[in-house]
Amino acid sequence: MRFILRRMAFYLFTAWAAITINFFLPRLMKGDPISAYLARNQGKVSPESIESLTTLFGLDSDKSMLQQYLDYWGLLFSGDLGVSISNGLAPVSAVIASALPWTLGLVGIATVLSFLIGTSLGSVIGWRRGSRADWAVPFATFFSTVPYFWMGLIVIAVFSTTLGWFPASHAYDKGSQPEWSWDFIGQVIAHGTLPALTIVVASLGGWVLGMRNMMITVLDEDYVTVAQAKGLRQRRVLTHYASRNAVLPQLSSFALALGFIVGGTLVMELVFSYPGVGKLLLDATSAKDYPLMQGLFLVITLAVLVANILADVAYAALDPRTRQMES
Amino acid sequence: MSLTTAPATAPTDDASATEPQRPRRAPRIGQSFAMFRNGKSLAGLAILGVFVVVAVLAPLIAPYDPLEKDFMALRQPPSAAHWLGTTHMGEDVFSQIVYGTRGVLVVGFLAGVLATLVAVIVGVVAGYVAGWRSESLSALTNVFLVIPGLPLIIIVASQYEDPPLMLIAGVLAITGWAWGARVLRAQTMSLRNRDFVQAAKANGEKLWRIIAVEMLPNLTAIIASSFVGTVTAAVLGLTTLAFIGVIPITNLNWGTILFWAQQNGAFPDYWWWYIPAGLCIALLGMALSLVNFGIDEYVNPRLRSAGERARAARRKGLQVDGGVTEVRTVSGTGDDARAG
Repeated sequence: MRFILRRMAFYLFTAWAAITINFFLPRLMKGDPISAYLARNQGKVSPESIESLTTLFGLDSDKSMLQQYLDYWGLLFSGDLGVSISNGLAPVSAVIASALPWTLGLVGIATVLSFLIGTSLGSVIGWRRGSRADWAVPFATFFSTVPYFWMGLIVIAVFSTTLGWFPASHAYDKGSQPEWSWDFIGQVIAHGTLPALTIVVASLGGWVLGMRNMMITVLDEDYVTVAQAKGLRQRRVLTHYASRNAVLPQLSSFALALGFIVGGTLVMELVFSYPGVGKLLLDATSAKDYPLMQGLFLVITLAVLVANILADVAYAALDPRTRQMES
Repeated sequence: MSLTTAPATAPTDDASATEPQRPRRAPRIGQSFAMFRNGKSLAGLAILGVFVVVAVLAPLIAPYDPLEKDFMALRQPPSAAHWLGTTHMGEDVFSQIVYGTRGVLVVGFLAGVLATLVAVIVGVVAGYVAGWRSESLSALTNVFLVIPGLPLIIIVASQYEDPPLMLIAGVLAITGWAWGARVLRAQTMSLRNRDFVQAAKANGEKLWRIIAVEMLPNLTAIIASSFVGTVTAAVLGLTTLAFIGVIPITNLNWGTILFWAQQNGAFPDYWWWYIPAGLCIALLGMALSLVNFGIDEYVNPRLRSAGERARAARRKGLQVDGGVTEVRTVSGTGDDARAG
């Protein structure tokens, strides 16, 4: 119970910190793109949007900082993130909501796949230490240092442009509408295969190496020796004794790597023109759409936080000590 | 590398300034580099050294100026005149890569040094002090671990028309220090209660001296490994930012080359334009990871000997898929053989 409370406090604190950073970012920046935009487009922007934009970007400098901060929180709780300049003044929250499922689906599936495959590969390589399986280590290292975007571009060049096996960009064929039909789902899978494959290949190496190193450390422990001395089958020792303990640090580094994974997939979406959150952020950057950028950063951070909470739950399920420990 | 080990060895020199300790100075400095004295680290350092030499001697190595345009040789495949071909403007790709090494290394190492400084200060202090101060520093570290770095960097960099290199290195450092600080905190906490630290405390040593002289030398390997890790992340971050186009194109680095290649339709036909730059990034990253593997094996001897032990066991004809079972299996088969 104490453990859960501590983690809750930590996540609340992190969420607060992220939101506060989001509050101060535009106020620390020089220049004022928003009021310039508002001046250029007088009459087109509704008064309510102007009001929320001034609060979001600290243009109401006649108010005290504290008052601005409180107003900002008020806006967030009502779900108002301002309007997106580059998307015909649509509300930022609606723009993000249309892109979020694509990213969550693609990145979520690819990351979980990569974690599962990499961890199982790593445990087998660690188990068969000193054999030919060790040759996987340099390859895994190489693939974990290859930049995401470069691999993506080459994969497009080979499998899409040259061989024509998969479409090179977007989430579904041009001209079709999102719907629940087999045809559309097939399109989504065809379009998603290459991006997912690149994410898996690029991030696999890290999981393999981490798991291998943990396995080698764990295999020297006495409880593994005892399990083998009891005459348990090798497979059972591997899965229930060695892997189960070796996977714990993997899980916590999984939680911590999420921020990094998100960064990598931003670029992946740019390369594949995938209509997700990352592409949206990059488009917003080039269009100088500051409200959208702010909102996206907030949503991405909160998404990473939620994923961290899930990793924590998994950790607690696998490691009884975290549930019992009184610290 | 010497950058990180220097702060750890320097205090050692001060400490050995007193007469009786003087003879120990030389081996102590040698010990600080012991973590690099293994095949993997040396291979990594050698590759890294080649890149550093290329960056320093860029004007001597590069056959052309990186932006020199030759409109008679557009998009040429590799030839004797242009080793790695030319771009759409007739610029020599090889020269661009040679000069680009500078941008990558300068920003990478600058970010690495800044981040390591922050990580050491926050991590060691958080590990040494106790109570709410330690907890709050730890909370700060965790917040920076969770906040996604690249989106933050993109947003900050996009607010500037022409972000200076220093700013980019700074932002990469701000988003990259937390992991090192976390590992350092854990290690410092375990050092805090060791006898030699308690003895120094009982002697009435000042706090900074306990940290600088007693603790830092024992943290060198972890500091070095977090430095190398940050440099790797910074190199990837920098090239990614350059590829996205957030970093001004005047700062030539490998990411900029890829940016131009993609913008000008190099994919998939003009392979000489984009393959070498990406391979350079991967090679540099690989070199840095090798250095870190070496340090890992130095810190955790099980990693170092696991493969050798297993191979040795196999040479003796033992089964290696487990710790003791090999012995049991062999005695078992031996019995069988005798029985049969």
